[in-house]
Amino acid sequence: MTVVERREIALVDLLDRLLAGGVVITGDITLRIADVDLVRIDLNALISSVNEQVPSPWGELT
Amino acid sequence: MTGLRYVYAVCRPFGTPLQAELTGVAGDPPRLLTHHGLVAVVSHVPERDFAEEPLRSRLEDLDWLTATARAHQGVIDALTVVTTPLPLRLATVFRDDSGVRTMLQAREADFRRTLDRLEGRVEWGVKLYADERPADAGTAADKPASGRDYLRQRRTSVRAREDQWQRAEEFATRLHETLSAVAEDARLHPPQNATLSGAAGRNVLNAAYLVPRSRSEEFVELVDRTKDETTDFRVELTGPWAAYSFAGEKP
Repeated sequence: MTVVERREIALVDLLDRLLAGGVVITGDITLRIADVDLVRIDLNALISSVNEQVPSPWGELT
Repeated sequence: MTGLRYVYAVCRPFGTPLQAELTGVAGDPPRLLTHHGLVAVVSHVPERDFAEEPLRSRLEDLDWLTATARAHQGVIDALTVVTTPLPLRLATVFRDDSGVRTMLQAREADFRRTLDRLEGRVEWGVKLYADERPADAGTAADKPASGRDYLRQRRTSVRAREDQWQRAEEFATRLHETLSAVAEDARLHPPQNATLSGAAGRNVLNAAYLVPRSRSEEFVELVDRTKDETTDFRVELTGPWAAYSFAGEKP
């Protein structure tokens, strides 16, 4: 159990909960729920574009 | 300038102080705002990041999103040690303390009902992965002697893959039934994209289980046993989490 607790939490597991879970409250500033959903959808595109921009650390060795 | 109010969670009053070195979102240590016997856990955050317009663009910045999500989780984690928090969705922001109080009052009955339902419970995450390539994919690598050979090999390989998915589905269903029997409640999250998670294999089950703390050890052992049952699939356990996936009203 301690092993599970100590390992750093993967961002994707965290976002599953923080963006899709939790109580949804319409606050003063709170984004519309649709905005947060869009963040989730955009993440796919975002991460693939980040991966393209950042060259592989092994790229120079080959 | 006093900034905006970022709310992490709502809880009942708790006696134990939060750990002193806790830094919240935007580096502001969480404060407790009590209203009508409910506590909102709040940080003061700057308008330049958390007002509606900047917040929307900030959320698209992966580094910022990561830092904010981790800070949010850090506070929820610390709360989980001393109480059963009701976590709010990421980036729930109010203009001032009075906005937070108004919200607490408006949702008071909901909060109390949900806090009762979650009291003493934690969430465990269980994911199941299947290898992208069936075990006997090696046969397809043998050089086909003829077109007919090629088609036969291809058919075998496609069939092996279909079998693999079917067995993965069956295993996932069985696993979910077994774990649901011990858990009080369960939620299925969409399977994770491998690009996003960086995990090997295809995610066939991404589930969350609500388990009383008193039964957590039993639950973890049960997951461990299913790990030993299979060499074809990988079972991953995360937690204990605050009950994020069960914080909304029951559908």
